[in-house]
Amino acid sequence: MRFVDEFRDPALAAALIREIGTICATLGRAKDDPVTVMEVCGGHTHAIFRYGLEGLLPDLIEFVHGPGCPVCVLPMGRVDDCVAIAERPEVIFATFGDAMRVPGSRKSLLQAKADGADVRMVYSPLDALELARRNPDREVVFFGLGFETTMPSTALTVQRAARERITNFSLFCNHITIIPTLRALLEQPDFGIDGFIGPGHVSMVIGTAPYRFIAEEFRKPLVVAGFEPIDLLQSLLMILRQMAAGEARIENQYARVVPERGNPSALRAVEEVYEPRPTFEWRGLGSIERSGVRLREPYAAFDAERRFAVPDVKVADPAACRCGEVLTGAVKPWACPVFGTTCTPEMPLGALMVSSEGACAAYYQYGGLRGAA
Amino acid sequence: MCLGIPGRIVAIADEDAMLAVVDVSGVRRTVDVVCVAQEGEPLEALIGVWVLVHVGFAMSRIDEEEAAATLKVLAEIGEMEGELDAMRTGSVAPLAPAN
Ligand code: SF4
Repeated sequence: MRFVDEFRDPALAAALIREIGTICATLGRAKDDPVTVMEVCGGHTHAIFRYGLEGLLPDLIEFVHGPGCPVCVLPMGRVDDCVAIAERPEVIFATFGDAMRVPGSRKSLLQAKADGADVRMVYSPLDALELARRNPDREVVFFGLGFETTMPSTALTVQRAARERITNFSLFCNHITIIPTLRALLEQPDFGIDGFIGPGHVSMVIGTAPYRFIAEEFRKPLVVAGFEPIDLLQSLLMILRQMAAGEARIENQYARVVPERGNPSALRAVEEVYEPRPTFEWRGLGSIERSGVRLREPYAAFDAERRFAVPDVKVADPAACRCGEVLTGAVKPWACPVFGTTCTPEMPLGALMVSSEGACAAYYQYGGLRGAA
Repeated sequence: MCLGIPGRIVAIADEDAMLAVVDVSGVRRTVDVVCVAQEGEPLEALIGVWVLVHVGFAMSRIDEEEAAATLKVLAEIGEMEGELDAMRTGSVAPLAPAN
């Protein structure tokens, strides 16, 4: 747990916390009815825990850790598909390190590698493309996952492969988009979130306009935030100020990195390469309409799902696992019967335990073990 | 994976392919700069510019102060070494400087 005086600007942090307390007191909320703010992005979840922000804020404020960790929401069936592709003898399966330990129903990619599959951890999709250049007699498949932040990178890599006429490279596309998912959450009948801390780096790509419906249709504030503790405190204050004034708007606290209109080159690549899938499955959340993308027809040759027979089997999460309820803020991780026992960061049963951006891993690591966070 | 890390563009690796060499806390690698290049401006103009590097792509220009603050946050939350390790061990593309 950190203390205010360790922050880069302790005086500013202390002032923000005081101001948050003052405004919070005017909202007339009780302890059993706290102001709930969902941070959508897993990077924010990680920072909130790392800096012990919850402990510094009034009890009347509660963070709910949203679905913004792409590794956490990857369904088990898709991991099984990865393993099936990786186990083909002609394939070099390239992936970000984060995805290696996500449990599938048979095994994780790490276990597949131990069993002899040629799974390589890469830093960038460009590295996967380089593997394809260097191994013309093998099929290199890159596991594309992530929200709008990573989507342009894989799109630009596929375009590069097309330009260079590389024929042994393909993308197993599991990219997901945050907007339909936020809508699906908001449309849940008992979704009691008061406001949102919007993702910083997704917004760097998409800008702030796509969030407008949250304010206009659902009357909830959203503030796009940076990753410093001060950024998070400031964003929280901006949300509370809107609430106090009875307003709901989309604001941008992270304007130093996030342009209102996003990044046009990145958006162009995304638009050219991908189209929405009618529906996509999320771990713990079920199927959400138009929440995933696949490669458009002109790039079909680079689509691993078309190139290989991907089993595409839907696999239910383990019965004990409550990932879905944790992801939507319905319960805290310690309410899950396997939390910290059969599900730990070393041996994760659910995906929220895998990445440091997952709520369960954060609770486990930073001591929210017994419900006393 | 989603945070990205600040780096400074130190050389142009391949003008036609829009690739530049970026220095990220002493680790150098080739990155794609399509998303930060300005139309009509030669890539050379990017040398010295700080950018947010995300999985091998420069995604946004940032100022030096912002870069320093971000590096500090990443170091504090323990993400820095992970990113640099991934860059070092997971990189297939040449890491060597172009100059
Ligand atoms: S403890 Fe494990 S199984 Fe339970 S909700 Fe968290 S990640 Fe899912």
